[in-house]
Amino acid sequence: MSEPVVPILSGRELSFVAGGRQLVTDATLDLVCGTTTILIGPNGAGKSTLLKLLTGEIKPAGGRIDIAGEALTGVPAWRLACLRAVMAQHARLVFPFSVYEVASLGVDGIGRALTRQRREAIVAESLAAAGVIDLAGRRYQTLSGGEQQRVQFARVLCQLEAGRSVAERQVLFLDEPIASLDLCHQLSLLDMARSIAARGVAVLVVLHDLNLAVTYADHLVVMDQGRIIAQGPPARTLDDALLRQVFKVDLSLSRAPAPGLPFLLPQQHRSRPAA
Amino acid sequence: MTLAAPAPSVSATALTALISGRRRIGLLAVAGLSLACLLLTIVAIGQGAISIAPGRVAEILMAKLTGDDALLQGRDVLVVLNIRVPRVLLGLLVGAGLAVSGALMQGLFRNPLADPGLVGVSAGAALAAAATIVLGDRFLTGTLMKLPFAVLPLGAFCGGLVSTLALYLIATRGGRTSVATMLLAGVALGALAGALTGLLAFISDDRQLRDLTFWSLGSLGGASWTKLSAVAPIILPLLLLMPLLARGLNGLMLGEAEAYHLGIPVQRIKALTILLVALAVGASVASAGLIGFVGIVVPHLIRLSVGPDHRLLLPLSALGGAMLLVGADIVSRLMVAPAELPIGIVTATIGAPFFLWLLLRRTSVLDV
Repeated sequence: MSEPVVPILSGRELSFVAGGRQLVTDATLDLVCGTTTILIGPNGAGKSTLLKLLTGEIKPAGGRIDIAGEALTGVPAWRLACLRAVMAQHARLVFPFSVYEVASLGVDGIGRALTRQRREAIVAESLAAAGVIDLAGRRYQTLSGGEQQRVQFARVLCQLEAGRSVAERQVLFLDEPIASLDLCHQLSLLDMARSIAARGVAVLVVLHDLNLAVTYADHLVVMDQGRIIAQGPPARTLDDALLRQVFKVDLSLSRAPAPGLPFLLPQQHRSRPAA
Repeated sequence: MTLAAPAPSVSATALTALISGRRRIGLLAVAGLSLACLLLTIVAIGQGAISIAPGRVAEILMAKLTGDDALLQGRDVLVVLNIRVPRVLLGLLVGAGLAVSGALMQGLFRNPLADPGLVGVSAGAALAAAATIVLGDRFLTGTLMKLPFAVLPLGAFCGGLVSTLALYLIATRGGRTSVATMLLAGVALGALAGALTGLLAFISDDRQLRDLTFWSLGSLGGASWTKLSAVAPIILPLLLLMPLLARGLNGLMLGEAEAYHLGIPVQRIKALTILLVALAVGASVASAGLIGFVGIVVPHLIRLSVGPDHRLLLPLSALGGAMLLVGADIVSRLMVAPAELPIGIVTATIGAPFFLWLLLRRTSVLDV
């Protein structure tokens, strides 16, 4: 590490209050290009709220966020859309848009400077990459939950690709992107997230599956009750005490032989008497 | 990228065919509807107490446009240029305005059952109109009293704008407009305005009641060049600026947060849409009374035939709405000639059964 790494996005001492409840407290987090950061924590820990703060969707009550060296609040919506793409948890559509139209939404806004051929090529590539090109003519609403999620992923890929003509360094936010996917698609989506990171994008993923989190994270962030209570490389961040404290499970981490990554077996939980 | 993607060459070809097919349907629909709208306009100008053949109508219009005064002789020329043309133009303008407003409201509220009345324009305008008709006799004196048909549209227009503004302020907190709050507040405000309108009807005399009833059923009867020149500058901005809203509304279909993530200036789109719709609907109501169902029927028909993309939906709705209203006006003039049926009756008679049919095949139109 000869040169200091300049994060594309940095949040300093962020806090957010809603309805008198402190949802995020004093959260400090850097997202670095080329790195996959995975955010874990129990339900209600404030993961989605932190994600919304970092995407600019909601404004922090305290603290400061910089993206690409500028204060996030000063960046206009369209330029922000070139700098970062977001896949939210649920995206429901009201009218019968086709899969192709939904994916195109990613390039329609910020890709206006591109030629039509280029835009169509971007959409086709993204649909193919997300494995939904065969569904292109289908109505979005007739798809299964997992298929819809992959279409949303294709839309986000479109936006990243269109934004790349404006912004060299980008951030990708994925909020529980694999919640309704089968195992094969879970793994391939996370593989793709990592390959996007390898291309130089800073990727932030909210995940619930701890084994997948430690497998795919370069940087693991653990949240509980609105605070970031640990962050760092996965192997050094998770330990039994943290699991007990945060996730209220009395399990012990094991080590897989080859890469040395920790893993847990929930089966242990059943063999023990309730604490 | 390492995904089990199916043979890309085959899929890509199919995709190209899909896209170009879609574009062709869109172009065909725009061209076809434009042509049909033009033909219907010419037919409509010929219909009425004095029937004029479409060929003659086209001749008169061409002569007028080319400035060929020699051909502009005769009674039918006067009828066409002074009575029929402003009436049909008003019908085109109001129909297009109402249908586009409906499409915009459904998009903005993400609700397939939204109509222009939702922004509170209709209720406020109706209350103001009722107040003008009923209380005008008692409180407006002198010259104003001699101009009831100038005061009524103005009152209706102001009433519509004031209620929209009130709704917008109620629903906006910290620079963000909640469309859900606006929807609910609109229902409450509509009920209140309805009650007050009812109260005015209760205290009105027979003549006032009749005026009120006829106004609330709508009519293009009072059209004139003066009226048209007052209404056009208020409705045209909506029709001219709608291309600016189309992309934003497409993005809003995913939800407000997603639209923001896509780089869409959500609050600006919402405010502009509400403003343009309030103006256009206010002017329509003021000039032609309450005309229901155009804003619901037309956008849904277009969605069923070419899909929900606003870039196509908005211009096609404008054409469809213009045709529906002008067509309904022909019916209203011919059904009980020489009298005229209020046009609101005709549009509702077409609209209500269509609406029911829409509900019956809900699974494909609505997100349920």
